[in-house]
Amino acid sequence: MIENYLNIFINAIFIENLALSVFLGMCTFIAISKKIEAAIGLGIAVIVVLAITVPINNLIYNYILRDGALSWAGLSDVDLSFVGLISYIGVIAACVQILEMFLDKYVPVLYNALGIFLPLITVNCAILGASLFMVEKDLYFGESVAYGLGAGVGWALAITILAGIREKLKYSDMPEGLQGLGSTFIIVGLMSFGFMSFGGIIL
Amino acid sequence: MSKYSEILFRPVFKENPIALQMLGICSALAVTSKLYPTLIMCVALTVTVSLSNFFISMIRNITPSNIRIIVQMTIISSLVILVDQALKAYDYETSKTLSVFVGLIITNCIVMGRAEAFAMQNPPGVSFLDGFGNGLGYSVILIILGTIRELFGTGTILEYEIFPLVQNGGWYVPNNFFLLPPVSFILIGLIIWALRAWQKDQIEEPEFKMSQNSPEIVPNPPPTPSSKAAS
Repeated sequence: MIENYLNIFINAIFIENLALSVFLGMCTFIAISKKIEAAIGLGIAVIVVLAITVPINNLIYNYILRDGALSWAGLSDVDLSFVGLISYIGVIAACVQILEMFLDKYVPVLYNALGIFLPLITVNCAILGASLFMVEKDLYFGESVAYGLGAGVGWALAITILAGIREKLKYSDMPEGLQGLGSTFIIVGLMSFGFMSFGGIIL
Repeated sequence: MSKYSEILFRPVFKENPIALQMLGICSALAVTSKLYPTLIMCVALTVTVSLSNFFISMIRNITPSNIRIIVQMTIISSLVILVDQALKAYDYETSKTLSVFVGLIITNCIVMGRAEAFAMQNPPGVSFLDGFGNGLGYSVILIILGTIRELFGTGTILEYEIFPLVQNGGWYVPNNFFLLPPVSFILIGLIIWALRAWQKDQIEEPEFKMSQNSPEIVPNPPPTPSSKAAS
């Protein structure tokens, strides 16, 4: 039982890393990876939001949206899965908003540390992507908790590594056209090759 | 007239959403290993961004500014659901290949970014053109990527054999390297380099410059061993 959860967790961090294997959340990934501090802040925010929204969306999918899920209400032939996208993004936006108000009131230290990153997360594809992958993999509730947490940790790990490399790289002498964005893309490509080496691991 | 063509074509090369504004990279990379799904993805995105710009611009004067993000999100996700359902109905195979990436158009920053930056300030007709132009700019990069990757990865374009393959008695050994997803990053990096060699004003200033080797002026003399020892 515990092995299954651990398996999903490790799998989500290394083998199906959201940033480096399926390329989600790339816009923020490249825009906010100039400084290590900012990258870590954003990474923590992503972990928190993923660990909350993926399980909630899992409950919504399993008990309201999926084919025959409404049988507890006597409507066993209703299939609402086509409104999935709009409900998931609604849940994500609402969660981020509530989390922001909660942190502002009770944990101001963390709120100040996360700063502008929290609202930015609503439009981060990694968050919606993780929920969509959760639906595609057809996970149970417990598994979805492990998956959400693992996906978040994997994304945070990737952005921290990239920020570390970019901080070192700003001193280097590159061809003019490659400065900034161009070189960042190539680095991410090379990092992604590195992460592909985890691909053959079977847990 | 020139104003309209300016709005339509500026995003293609001068302000390309992927190469300059860093928008919409998210779903761009994983779908480009074959040209056909790439084309479908481009059409899906262009339709979504043009129509969402159009509708958001239509109601821009009656949208309260503090809930505008939610209003925009609702419009965008309704459009994406339409596109997704249409694709599932008419081309189920491709919709399986694209898997979650059609749904991810919702959080594609091009759509959201153009809604915020352009559609909220401009009338519907112009906004539609702007959305269409940005969709084209996205499509140009994706089509270049899809063509290169399919051509070198499998020797075909749209399943039509360009390079005769070795197993069919030809000379080309397919390079599977190009089918791996990370290659699209490296290719985008090189496309940006090429684009910036042509459009010089897009080059970013480096934070640190290599100092010239002139014996008279040394801007920051490195600490000598003796001064380190003294301190």
